[in-house]
Formats: sequence, C-alpha cells, structure tokens
Amino acid sequence: MYAQMIKTAGTGVKSPEEMTEEERRFQARVDANEKIEPKDWMPEDYRKTLIRQIGQHAHSEIVGQLPEGNWITRAPTLERKAILLAKVQDEAGHGLYLYCAAETLGVSRDELTEQLLSGKMKYSSIFNYPTLTWADMGAVGWLVDGAAIMNQVPLQRTSFGPYSRAMIRICKEESFHQRQGYDIMMKMAQGTPAQKKMAQDALNRFWYPSLMMFGPSDKDSVHSAQSMAWKIKMNTNDELRQKFVDQTVPQADYLGLTVPDDHLTWNEERGHYDFSEPDWSEFYDVLKGNGPCNVDRLTARREAWAEGQWVRDAMLAHARKKAATKVAAE
Amino acid sequence: MKNEWPLWEVFIRGQHGMSHRHVGSLHAPDAEMAIKNARDVYTRRNEGVSIWVVEARHIAASSPSDKGPLYEPSESKVYRHPTFFDIPEDVGAM
Repeated sequence: MYAQMIKTAGTGVKSPEEMTEEERRFQARVDANEKIEPKDWMPEDYRKTLIRQIGQHAHSEIVGQLPEGNWITRAPTLERKAILLAKVQDEAGHGLYLYCAAETLGVSRDELTEQLLSGKMKYSSIFNYPTLTWADMGAVGWLVDGAAIMNQVPLQRTSFGPYSRAMIRICKEESFHQRQGYDIMMKMAQGTPAQKKMAQDALNRFWYPSLMMFGPSDKDSVHSAQSMAWKIKMNTNDELRQKFVDQTVPQADYLGLTVPDDHLTWNEERGHYDFSEPDWSEFYDVLKGNGPCNVDRLTARREAWAEGQWVRDAMLAHARKKAATKVAAE
Repeated sequence: MKNEWPLWEVFIRGQHGMSHRHVGSLHAPDAEMAIKNARDVYTRRNEGVSIWVVEARHIAASSPSDKGPLYEPSESKVYRHPTFFDIPEDVGAM
C-alpha cells in the first residue's frame, strides 16, 4: 500500500440524524456507488483526507523511482536495463496520474511537491530501505509492487471519480511490474548457488518491510471506519495483509525460497496462513525519519527540485516570449 | 508572476477510429511541450494515434447544480426513442 497511516479528517462516522441535508445526499450517492466528481458538493473532511491520501500515494510513486533507479546503470543485460527503465518510467507516470487527480481537489502541484520536500507529507515507508543487489530488483517488483496491487485493485472502485480512473490506469500497468520482478526472482533462484543465495537474501530483507506497507492493524480505528464509509478505503489493513501473505507464500515455494518466518503455517480452519507480525517499532521509527535511506531519498528529491528550477523557469520564460511575439505579429 | 507551469487537459484518439477522449491532465510550459509530455505520460503502450491538448483554464463546464434544468426536459420526451412506436410485425423490419 502506497498510502499508510492516512489521518482521516473529521470526527468519525456520523449517523444520518447528525448529518446535514447535503451530507446525507452525499453519503447516499456514495452508498449507491455513484462517483463523486470534482465539481460536486463534498464534505470538507472528505476533500482534505483525499488530498492527503492521493498526495501520499503520488509521492510514493515518485520517491519509489529512486531505489530502482539505483540499478539502471548496473542491470546485468541490455534487455534487463530497458525493462527496468520502462518500469521506472511507469512509476513517474503513475505519480503524474495521481498528482492530477489530487489537483482536481483544489491543491496545486507545487504545493504538493513543497509539502513532500518539507517532510509535511509522507511517502510509503518501504522506499526507505536500500536496494543492495540485483536480486532486490526482483524482490521489489514481486513483493513491493505485489503489495501495492493488493491495495490498488479494490481502489479502482473508490468513490472519487478522478482517483478511481487513475487507479484503473495504474492497475493495467502494474501487473507488468510484478511479473518482471518475479521473472528476475525465477532467474536468480534457478541460477548458481550464489545467485540463489542472493535471491533468498533479498526475500529476507524485503519480506517484513513489505508486510508493513499495509500499515498497522486498523480494526479499532474510528478514522478508518470513516474512510471506509466514504469508500476511499475499501478494505482493512489486516484483510489486505492476509491476502498478500496467502498469495505470496506459494509463489515463494515455487521459487524454492523460504519466507523468513518460523511461525508461518497454513491454518486449515481459517483457510489462511498464520504469520508473524512485522516489528512495528521499526515501522514507526522509519516513519519518523530514521530508516536506512530516509535522508538519502529526501535529499535526492530536494536536489532534483532545486537543480531543475532554472530549467522550469527558462522553459516558461521561453513560452511567454514566444506567445508575446505571436500576439505582436497578429 | 506565478511560476507554476499551466495545467493542460489531454485528449487521445485510440486506435479504433474513435473520437478523441479525455484521459487526464499534465503541466507544461506551452502546447508543444504539452503534446510531448502527453506522449510520454499517456501513450506509453500504444494507446493513441492522435493527441489534443487544451489549457485547462479554457474549458467551460456545466455545473452539477444545473443537472435538473439541463437534462430533465429530455426525460419526458420518450417519443424520441424508436421503441416508443408500436409497428405491427406484418410490416417487417423497420
């Protein structure tokens, strides 16, 4: 999940009696699975929460380019390089789809960027982990994109039209990402003993951070209930995490790799795997900025923004000059 | 002067002789760059054969609150649909 710990604005779910006439009509439309469009009336808290959620999702796509960008120049073959380049370019595209969905809610692109760079808005905790070997490119595609898909598929049905449409586009492209990751893992797992070891090591390092992507258990959260009533959150974090584990364990078995969890067992009664929770103190620590790569990631984004300033200014100045010349000639 | 690149709405004609369809928006300094950016953002998988871009501020849109006055009048004009008329089977295909 690329949006974690989104604080839902407002005071929790209101009963129909507590709602204003406008709020009742809005909720009825959401309940009837009608899409809410940017110019429609919406509660201010719905708007605020969506800006936070879509914004964080967009930032994650953009920052998510960095761990993989690390390996573009070192991909083992030209074909792998071209594939990775295409994947990273997709992540940029996904960020742009989401930014433009957020902008329909009345926030500007520059405001969103500034809030990312100042640390006011977050991106997914997963991108604060380093990518140490080529096998990490496999693990990221397989596990990280796999976890993202778990969250994004149901979000295609979200109540806000522009967000839903962005999700539909993203999901169409995301499955390429997961499959190219698994393809790398297959190659490594079936390779030399050293390559297989590298694949196992990547799984060991990315397993728990991937489980953290879904966020902590939210069964007791009032805020989460409101987001679910608004249909901007479609499943609980625990539901999605369980689904991810159930789907991923057999895939690891196929690779001949071991999921790094001694307590992982199939629970016949529940029809699900039982598994160990990640270390949540690590999760909160990474969110606070103390992960292995938090500083590197934000520094890279800040430098890119600052160093690109003259290019953005020059292009705009050129466009204005050209427009002025055209007007003068008419 | 505000230095954010203006917002452009992007319309793409798909492969199949369809009309241009709105696909999303992006920022660009001018129309030429907007088309180039639209190519990169919205047609990475052969989604189009033609691109239109228009600066978002030039689009006029109807308001959701006008929904009633704008569209309700057509609801009562069922005779605009061919199924309104009962034509005997003997007449044949029509």
